[in-house]
Formats: sequence, structure tokens, C-alpha cells
Amino acid sequence: MVWRNWSVRIGGAALIALVLLAIAAPWLGTVDPTLFDAASRDLRPGEVGSVTMLDGETVAHRFLMGSDSYGRDIYSRVLYGTRVSFAVGLVAALAALALGIAAGLVAGYIRWADGLLMRVMDGIMAIPAILIAIAVVALWRASLATVIVAIAIPEIPRVTRLVRALVLTIREEPYVEAAVSLGTPTMKIMLGHILPNTVAPLLVQGTYICAFAILLEAILSFLGVGLPPDIPTWGNIMAEGRVQFVAYPHNVFFPGLFLAVTVLAVNMLGDGLRDTLDPKLAEARASAQVLDEHA
Amino acid sequence: MLLVVAVLVFALLRFAPGDPAAIMAGDAATAEQIAQIRAGLGLDRPLVVQFGIWLGKVLSGDLGESFYFRIKVATLIGQRLEPTFALAALTMVIAVLVSVPLGVLAAWRHGGWLDRALMGFSVLGFSVPVFVLAYLLIWLFSLELGWLPVQGYARIADGIWNFLRHLILPATTLSVIYIALIARVTRAAVLEALGEDYIRTARAKGLPERRVLVRHALANAAVPIATVIGIGIAILIGGVVVTESVYAIPGLGRLTVDAVLARDFPTIQGVILFFSLVYVAVNLLIDLSYVFLDPRIRY
Repeated sequence: MVWRNWSVRIGGAALIALVLLAIAAPWLGTVDPTLFDAASRDLRPGEVGSVTMLDGETVAHRFLMGSDSYGRDIYSRVLYGTRVSFAVGLVAALAALALGIAAGLVAGYIRWADGLLMRVMDGIMAIPAILIAIAVVALWRASLATVIVAIAIPEIPRVTRLVRALVLTIREEPYVEAAVSLGTPTMKIMLGHILPNTVAPLLVQGTYICAFAILLEAILSFLGVGLPPDIPTWGNIMAEGRVQFVAYPHNVFFPGLFLAVTVLAVNMLGDGLRDTLDPKLAEARASAQVLDEHA
Repeated sequence: MLLVVAVLVFALLRFAPGDPAAIMAGDAATAEQIAQIRAGLGLDRPLVVQFGIWLGKVLSGDLGESFYFRIKVATLIGQRLEPTFALAALTMVIAVLVSVPLGVLAAWRHGGWLDRALMGFSVLGFSVPVFVLAYLLIWLFSLELGWLPVQGYARIADGIWNFLRHLILPATTLSVIYIALIARVTRAAVLEALGEDYIRTARAKGLPERRVLVRHALANAAVPIATVIGIGIAILIGGVVVTESVYAIPGLGRLTVDAVLARDFPTIQGVILFFSLVYVAVNLLIDLSYVFLDPRIRY
């Protein structure tokens, strides 16, 4: 069913390919992404230079995507950067989903908590995501954990809203009514009866959040307020390369290409999942999701 | 909603690491001096009282003084307003002029090549990050073709031609995602309107197709289009932060990034409050515009 959809096929295949690239990075002709060699600075893509290994030995190396101003191999950095981007995207999305689901279940099922919780969520949504993320990073210095939190926070209200709306519909269903009349505890109704019925829309929403998280991580790193510069991420590679963009555009283009392809693949997967899993709301929700993803 | 934003922003400043009193007193200050400054700033009073005082100041336009630039935050924001406003306005003009006709045509020829191309472009438009697109355009138009300046900003006062030359590339970059969004919503709304009975009536009367599309279909699709333009302001604000960085435009977005790098909390706070205010205000205006777009809506 899901696999019949071409968006899912193309997006999924591209993502699997990227994940394999990230896992197999050490065996794909890469070197340690932090190694540098003063003799091979600013090489064009495809040129051969040298790399100084950690033990001081110098070996010849073909720089498939050129090198940066320290003489580091862009190809290796981009491949290892894939690991960081995917990990950050996935963890941030899972964190946003977990917190959003919890808040949404409470807001949708427990009446007195609804008003307060949703006002706070509205407040968060009135601040553009990038600004929240930047402010959070500014508060606690950039580290992997901070960046993940910073990316997850602006997404929580969107998940909460979705879950709350779903819960409000589901709680009126006869099977929930039956459970209530049998004296089932509230906690069990929320987790056992309501939560399982929110899975399909949440899966779709989670995919879009992943795309957004990967994008936002790159934006933060690119602006210089994201992950520490010694971690090779696409955003960091571009941030370092932008100074020399006029002379050496490859420093920006290759990581940019990987980033664009990844986000496109995740979005296609999300669109395909939405069309197959959630066909009723497909067209109506399409633009809303786009807004969620970028706003 | 703005009150919630204010509470969040206030919390941001209060929980920021570092004691403002200790920072102001300097390294050589004694504990008593620090306590004195703290009392002077009102930091020894209950949080709720502090919030009240702070809110009163913000409402009267006093956003405090920047740690880094050593001037009033309100003045600072005022200085950086022109480039950002110009960029946002030009982006919006380009986006609406391109996307609305595209959306209408795509709906008119539903399922045709333009429709499919537009839907494909909109997925692509959402996926290509603003800064990647920015560098692509700089590379093409400034480096390869040499038509436009690479970076920088020229004030309107320095001549309208020079001003536009510097702004056209950033505005085009930023408008792509906005075009994708508005075109998609326009298409969906017009498509829905085209299925209505009054369209069949209009066509049966022998009205020219152009008039049917503009006066009947588009006019009835105006409310969702206006809504999405309003909600999209958030995208525009986020995009401004990135675009101004890439194109070295000295606007509010650039100020935000600089303030974060310098850990200049009063400025961060001021910028976030300002952007949120703009966002809420624009959406209020859009809500009010419904009255003109759809005479059935009254407040």
C-alpha cells in the first residue's frame, strides 16, 4: 500500500542511500574529517593532494570535492556530516513528538489543563522558529544537546495541536465511551485507546519535523550559532566555506547539495505517506504542513 | 497571545546565565557594591513585581540598553529597520505578483503541464534551503554573469536604482519559498471556487474566460490567499535572518545573529518582541482585510 506510492519510493530510496553513505563513510575512500594538511589547501574538486595522518605520516589523497582553507577533505567532511545531520534531525524530531504527544493528550483529554496549555503553545507559535532556536542556543552555549533542544522546542506546539485535535475527535468515539463506562482509568484510556489511533497522522507530521530539524540545524550552524565548529556538519562546512565563496564555491555547493537532496527526500516521503495514510486530509493539510515546517 | 510571548521573553532574560549586577559592577566590585546595584536595578524584588516593572517599561517603548552596542535597544532596532523592511516588502511584492497568477493558471488547467510543474516546483521550493539558493543565485548572476553586486546594501536615499540592484537578488531568494506556498494555496482555493455553480452560470452567460477567472474564481478565493500571506510572515522573518547574513545586509536579521554571538540579551529580547509584534499585527490586519475581500464577513 504505502510502497505503491511513487513519492514514498523515490524519497525512501534516496534516504536509504544517504543513510548507507553515512554508515559506510569510513570505507568510501574518506579520511578522518578533522585531518588537515597545509600543503593541500583550497584544492579544486578532483585534484590530488596529500593528507597528514594522526601519526605524522603523509599519504597522497584525491580530493573528490576539493579541500577547504585548512586543507581538509570536503568529501570526507560531507559524508561524516551526514551522520550528524541525520542523528540531530531524528533525535530532535523524536523529542518534539514525545513532548508534543504528552502535552496534546493532556490538553485534549483533561479539560482544566487545556486552556493554560494551549495559551502557552500559542505564545510559542507566535515567535518564528528560527528566533526561538537562536534564543535557546544563546542561553546555554552551543553544544549537541542544546542544539537538539533548540530545534525541538518550536516544534512542540505543532505536535500538541495535532494530537489535541485528534484526541478531541477520538474521545467521542463509542469505544472510548465504552471504556469510560467500564471504569477504565484515565491514564489507560489515554495510552491504550486514544494514542494508538493517532499514529498515522503523527507519522506524517514526524517526517516533516525531521526535514525541518535537519534544515534548522544547518541554518543554525551556518549562522555560527549552532554546533561547535570542530564537529563536521553541513552547516559548519558551509559556514567555513562562505568566506571564500567567490574563489572556491565548491566549499558551499557540495554540502548544500547534500542538504537540499536530503530535505527534498524527507519531504517527498512525508507527502507520499500523507497521501496514502491520511488521504482524507491530504490536500487541505498540505499547505498547513508546509507552514508548520518553516514558520 | 502577546502577553504569553512577553512572559517567555522575560523568562529568557531572567534565566540568562550571568548576574547583570555583577557584570555592571565589574571585576573589582565588593559583594556590597553588587548588592547595591542589584537593589538599584530592582533585582532583589519578587519576580512578579520585576515582571510588572519590566512590562511597564516595554509598553512605553523602553527595551533597555544593549550590552554590546551601548545604545538603547529601541534606537538600535530603529536604525536597522529600513533594510529589513525594504527586503520584506520587495519579497512580498515579487512573491504575490508571481504566485497568484501561477496558481490561478494551474487551477484553470488542472492536471495540465503547468499544474504539474508548479506542484513539483513547490515541493522543491520548500526543500532547497534559503542560504543554498542564495549562493546559487550569487554564483549565477553575480559571479558568472556579473550583472549584479555580490553582497551589500544601498540605502534608498543613495538612489533608487542602486538600491534595487542590491536588493533584487536577496528578495528573489527569499521569495521562492513564499511563491511556492502562496501558489499552492491559490491553486487549491481557485480550484475549489471553479467547481461552484456560479462559475457555470458565468460561463453560460458567455462571459470571457478571463473575467470568469479573475472576477468570479479569484475573488472568491481571496480569503484563504490573504490568510496564507499573513501566516507566511513568520517564514519571511526567519528567512530575513538567514538572507541578511548571506548578503551582508545590515538589517534586523543580521542584528539578531550579532546579538546572539555577543550574548547581548537585551537586544535579543527586543528583537524577538519586535518580530512577534509584527507577526501578530500583520495577522490582525489580514483578519480585518477579510471585510473587504468577502462582504459576507462582518465583525
